[in-house]
Amino acid sequence: MVEISAPVSPVSEGANQADSVKMSARDVCVYYGEKQALFGVNLQIPTNEIMALIGPSGCGKSTFLRCLNRMNDVIPIARITGDIELDGEDIYAPDLDVVELRARVGMVFQKPNPFPKSIFDNIAYGPRIHGFSSNNKTDMEELVATSLQKAGLWEEVKDRLDQPGTGLSGGQQQRLCIARAIAVKPEVILMDEPCSALDPIATAKIEELMDELRSDYTIVIVTHSMQQAARVSQRTAFFHLGVLVEEGDTDKIFTNPDDERTQNYITGRFG
Amino acid sequence: MTTQMIFLILLLAGVAAFFYGRMRARAMTVASAEKFHSRPGHHGFYVTIWTMLPAFFLIVLWLVVAPLVVRWAVTNSLPEAATASGESVSLIMTTVEQLSRGVTQLEEEDFDRISSGAMTVQEVMRSKGVLVGSDAKPYMLQAAILDERLSANSHLFLTLFAGITMIGGFLYGRRGIAPRARARNAVEQVMTLGLIAASTVAILTTAGIVLSVLFESIEFFRMVPPADFFFGTVWDPRFSAPGRVGGSDGQFGILPLLWGTAYISLVALMVAVPIGLMSAIYMSEYAGNKVRSIAKPLLEILAGIPTIVYGFFALVTFGPFLRDAGGLVGFDIQASSVLTAGFVMGIMIIPFVSSLSDDIISAVPQSLREGSYGLGATQSETIKQVIMPAALPGVVGAVLLAASRAIGETMIVVLAAGIAANITLNPGESVTTVTVKIVSQLTGDLEFNSPQTLVAFALGLTLFVVTLGLNVFALYIVRKYREQYE
Ligand SMILES: Nc1ncnc2c1ncn2[C@@H]1O[C@H](COP(=O)(O)OP(=O)(O)O)[C@@H](O)[C@H]1O
Ligand SMILES: [Mg+2]
Repeated sequence: MVEISAPVSPVSEGANQADSVKMSARDVCVYYGEKQALFGVNLQIPTNEIMALIGPSGCGKSTFLRCLNRMNDVIPIARITGDIELDGEDIYAPDLDVVELRARVGMVFQKPNPFPKSIFDNIAYGPRIHGFSSNNKTDMEELVATSLQKAGLWEEVKDRLDQPGTGLSGGQQQRLCIARAIAVKPEVILMDEPCSALDPIATAKIEELMDELRSDYTIVIVTHSMQQAARVSQRTAFFHLGVLVEEGDTDKIFTNPDDERTQNYITGRFG
Repeated sequence: MTTQMIFLILLLAGVAAFFYGRMRARAMTVASAEKFHSRPGHHGFYVTIWTMLPAFFLIVLWLVVAPLVVRWAVTNSLPEAATASGESVSLIMTTVEQLSRGVTQLEEEDFDRISSGAMTVQEVMRSKGVLVGSDAKPYMLQAAILDERLSANSHLFLTLFAGITMIGGFLYGRRGIAPRARARNAVEQVMTLGLIAASTVAILTTAGIVLSVLFESIEFFRMVPPADFFFGTVWDPRFSAPGRVGGSDGQFGILPLLWGTAYISLVALMVAVPIGLMSAIYMSEYAGNKVRSIAKPLLEILAGIPTIVYGFFALVTFGPFLRDAGGLVGFDIQASSVLTAGFVMGIMIIPFVSSLSDDIISAVPQSLREGSYGLGATQSETIKQVIMPAALPGVVGAVLLAASRAIGETMIVVLAAGIAANITLNPGESVTTVTVKIVSQLTGDLEFNSPQTLVAFALGLTLFVVTLGLNVFALYIVRKYREQYE
């Protein structure tokens, strides 16, 4: 196991947690106004592995993912009950700072959303707001470079860091967003269908990248494509109608699921 | 039957024709086995069109042509002597037309009185309550009688023909109701023509206004060299006093006016941009739905206040207040000053800045906000570093639009800016603007072809070009911005 440095908030001693569990959800329910979108989800997310969330659309995958960094706080009508812990610490505790939480649990979205800034500033934005000493120019340049290298984008953009990030191709933009997330040095990266807007070649690059990132980060990915889940993830959770139906080793889920609904889904009988 | 009455009847007939046509088409749809091409409503409208349009055009044509024909006939009927005497025919005809209005009231003895010379035509007509000039001669009465008779006949025929055309049109339209008849296409064609006509009116009016301003300006530039106008620093048009001929020795330098306009607009923007922008940010990013649903309309009410009321406020309340406040801190501010006008104008254009900026900020995609939050940015960091840079081009466009409003604004500056054409940096002093001078050059009793009056058109043209340029540029920027986030 690689020990991860957490620059923003010290990792708390998850005393009674098995240290291979990074995040855990207990009995999580989510409501959008009157409508309930998640029903008592219990899930443990292991450290330094890739966990894939699959299921037919509208089953609550994104909803669950957005609970993990409290992105649902942005939606006024969303309400959540239950417990979610990061390293044994309740992330919905009243005294927890949501800004710090999101620095530890980064997110990559379905549609690439680079800021209307230069490539360099897109990456530097996160570290700057978290007080990375921006007076030290070379440090920042190094951080930007390593982030872009880790995201596999460095070779393509190293000569045009001052150009707008919005001018890149879709796949490059998505890798820029990944680099941007990495630059904050998060512990967990959440990805919501990161490849759904990309072509197969760009998709392959990102999948390769995820495999490399696994050694440093814990990754949770929502995906529509079962092949993708099978290719990149070690563990898979299957959601159906707001319920977590089944969770286990990816191999097992795809070859020998316990639940009939999972069986139907992976054999393409619905969704 | 009066012309208005004819139009009213035509309109009613059109409405009736619609209901009739629709009813008939419905009945036929039910009765016939064939499927109708158009809806009953289309057929109704089709009958309406045939009932109204031909008759309408006939009436309009008649109303234009018939008076010309009558006039021609009456002119020809005038005795040789009258036209030979060198009197202008058009003057005679004017009197004849006045006479014709009262000629039906004349009785036998009135004619006797005139022919015996006991009373003049003017006196007789006055006793009937019709005023005509003293140049009304007895022979004109004959012409007037003819004029009256022809006009009455013409009207009678008009009524008759219009009626026939209307009924004929109705019958023709009615015959057109058939399953395969393409009433919809015909109706839509007529509708399209109507829409084209409407937009043509708008466009032609604009063109007409621009051209008339342009021609008057050219007239002005014949008297005053353009260089003196555009680069002159002295505005002193010297009203041509009655009796003083020409009086074109005034100076028409536009620069002091442009300076005043620009200075006041600048002050206005300095008030409106921060306030408008901040309230836009609050409305779009922080305010809850409840607050927004109340506060936004309230803010937009500002845009609904007539500018004369703002001018009032500046003149009566704000100007004196500013003067007194300035006096307290030892700063000399005149009651009508750059500050007064600029400040009040700034308040007026706040809604232009805030409303448009609000739309633009709200149009920044939610994904950018989430992307920023996802990196652990706070709301204010997100607004300052992600949303505002993204919205900037659009906001600039909004500000430019507001600026063009400020530049063209008239009532506030007329009441609150003063009339002295100064070039001064002191915001406590009074300046004047292009619009104020347009108003003052055109109000008052002036001959219409002196440079003192015509300069208003040159000023108006300059103002038009400036605001048009600003608007086009601003809209270009805003559109560019919208495209970016399609
Ligand atoms: N912002 C929202 N407001 C209201 N309902 C929402 C919102 N987001 C998601 N939902 C509802 O919650 C359910 C789960 O949605 P989501 O988590 O996006 O599904 P998935 O990502 O698996 O396709 C859906 O029924 C959806 O309509
Ligand atoms: Mg989703």
